[in-house]
Amino acid sequence: MKVKSSQSSTVSTDSKVAIEARHLNIYYHDFMAVKDVNISIERQKITAIIGPSGCGKSTVLRSFNRMNELVPTARANGEVIFRGQNIYEPEIDPVEVRRRIGMVFQKPNPFPKSIYENIAWGARINGFKGDMDELVEESLFQAALWDEVKDKLHQSGLSLSGGQQQRLCIARAIAIRPEIILMDEPASSLDPIATLKIEELMHDLVVNYTIIIVTHNMQQAARVSDFTAFFMINEERAGILVEYGPTNQLFTNPRNKHTEDYITGRFG
Amino acid sequence: MSRIINQYSPSQIRSNNKQEQFDSNLPVRHRRAKTWHLIFQISTVIGIVVLMALLYNIINQAFGFVAFESKVNPDSLAMDGISLENLSKEDLIRIIQDKVTASRFRTLEKEKPFLARSHEEVYSVVIQEVVKPKVADSWSLFDSLFHRKTILVESAEKYPQARLEFHSWIGWDTVTTPQSSNPLNAGVRTAILGSLWTIAITILVAFPIGVGAAIYLEEYATQSWISRIIQTNINNLAGVPSIIYGMLGLAIFVRAFNLFTSGAAFGYTDPANANGRTILSAGLTLALLILPLLIINSQEAIRAVPSSLRQASFSLGATKWQTVWYHVLPNAIPGILTGSILAISRAIGETAPLVVIGASTFITFDPDSLFSKFTSLPIQIYQWTSRPQAEFRNLAAAAIIILLILLLGLNASAILLRNRFNQRVS
Repeated sequence: MKVKSSQSSTVSTDSKVAIEARHLNIYYHDFMAVKDVNISIERQKITAIIGPSGCGKSTVLRSFNRMNELVPTARANGEVIFRGQNIYEPEIDPVEVRRRIGMVFQKPNPFPKSIYENIAWGARINGFKGDMDELVEESLFQAALWDEVKDKLHQSGLSLSGGQQQRLCIARAIAIRPEIILMDEPASSLDPIATLKIEELMHDLVVNYTIIIVTHNMQQAARVSDFTAFFMINEERAGILVEYGPTNQLFTNPRNKHTEDYITGRFG
Repeated sequence: MSRIINQYSPSQIRSNNKQEQFDSNLPVRHRRAKTWHLIFQISTVIGIVVLMALLYNIINQAFGFVAFESKVNPDSLAMDGISLENLSKEDLIRIIQDKVTASRFRTLEKEKPFLARSHEEVYSVVIQEVVKPKVADSWSLFDSLFHRKTILVESAEKYPQARLEFHSWIGWDTVTTPQSSNPLNAGVRTAILGSLWTIAITILVAFPIGVGAAIYLEEYATQSWISRIIQTNINNLAGVPSIIYGMLGLAIFVRAFNLFTSGAAFGYTDPANANGRTILSAGLTLALLILPLLIINSQEAIRAVPSSLRQASFSLGATKWQTVWYHVLPNAIPGILTGSILAISRAIGETAPLVVIGASTFITFDPDSLFSKFTSLPIQIYQWTSRPQAEFRNLAAAAIIILLILLLGLNASAILLRNRFNQRVS
């Protein structure tokens, strides 16, 4: 079972690159979880990360806004270039990175506060000086939630349904106007209809934002994404990037044997 | 995989009818379940019975018949068929003038002019200075209710002069009057104030330090052998006997920091100088005592805040402090308060450390500053129960009821506070 990591050069024009990982290795303690990832994500496109369980998809995603540092034993080396700078340089403040690169999690996790406050809090702590009501309305509107909640902005965010909660989390993320939104299996705990709404929402959002989504669901990746990255485990149990390219090419004409096996359902 | 298949081939599985090898043990399982159910019920009932016995014992002592022997029979002071308590203020003053010595009357007049005193105040002077009732004997509530006749006969035989009266040892007077050597005049005012002052200092010192340490240990400290040693120590300290804390308090607060705890460093010089055995020392000692409990409880509460909330906060570009302040603490506060209630209840009931650091057992003046001498309710109760006169045990029962009410009040306010926070959070 030898897997070679293939260097991707699909995206080369720098102005089109939103974020780029170079020789990125991620460790938990001494265990190498992700090995030598090189990937550049294109601006205002949806990039899906797929692969079998435990291949380091989420780990890579979290390394893009340094959320992996919340696990005390995790460390990364290599480079993640965002706005022409390596975000792992010591002088870079992870707080600033996360303000620019937002995140939506697997399980909806709204704050136990009002819907309004869920949106407004992030903006407030980041020093937003404009009209807060307008920002809240705009963010909820962009997250396709405004019509459903406009009459109950001061009810708890937890009173919403699971799908609505997840859209609230997306609204919360876009309220601070990030450049990139990382989504870690955002629909895996939702029913098909709520999932569809999230997918439609992603299509609307990609006009303004760059979206990177980790998903278990290959159909979802095929439906929503412009580019797809396929990860799997090598013989040392470290996650590696096997293939990366435009979604329709990767699904119809994969270059790598393992990619083909995975997308045709032979393993995973 | 292949070996397993070889061992149990499909044909073998079919030939061994496993269904027959299951013993129908359902009745036994149900019987066992019922037995345990009964055992749990019995333990609950035992707990309730013990509590009821305690309450019965206290209430039994706090009320009951009392035979009063007075120096002067109050009936003999009645004028023109008007009983003593219904006499006018002027008549009462005249009685005092008649019956007490001239010098005593002047002393009383100097304390507060009689004309300035209210009717009730003058009446109580008549009772204390003229009638001078004394407790000849007292009976428990149970006897008073069910053996009333026996008591009447016994009292008439033994104390023919005495007036038999149903007396409640607990009342508003008990709360508002200070300690006294006469059981009829003694109250717990000094002790309540002492307890409240002490507990206020304890809360003010222990709560911020305890919660702060818990936040540090849970949110900031990295897992290392040092933090593990600290954690183990805190857990062990929670089990150290309270008298050890008393000795620590005596050595540190009363002796080593005498300059501060006696108030000398702040220019506080009182003729009744407590010399370090002050409310401040007591409060600090109790704060030390409950600190480990508070830290452990607060840590538990902080740990119970889901990490998804922290992640959400961080992903919005919040700093660590903003995450702790806006999300972790508001969600942990109800749990922290629950733990604090338990810790503070323990501090209120503590006696041993206060005895060691030198609480006064008999003082009649209220504590008025951090540097006052003090006593506390449990100490007062202990002191009364160890007196030879039976009446003081009745008083002790009354003081216990007051302590319980005080505890209940403090707990209720903490619970109300917690519910308010709960509402704000959800």
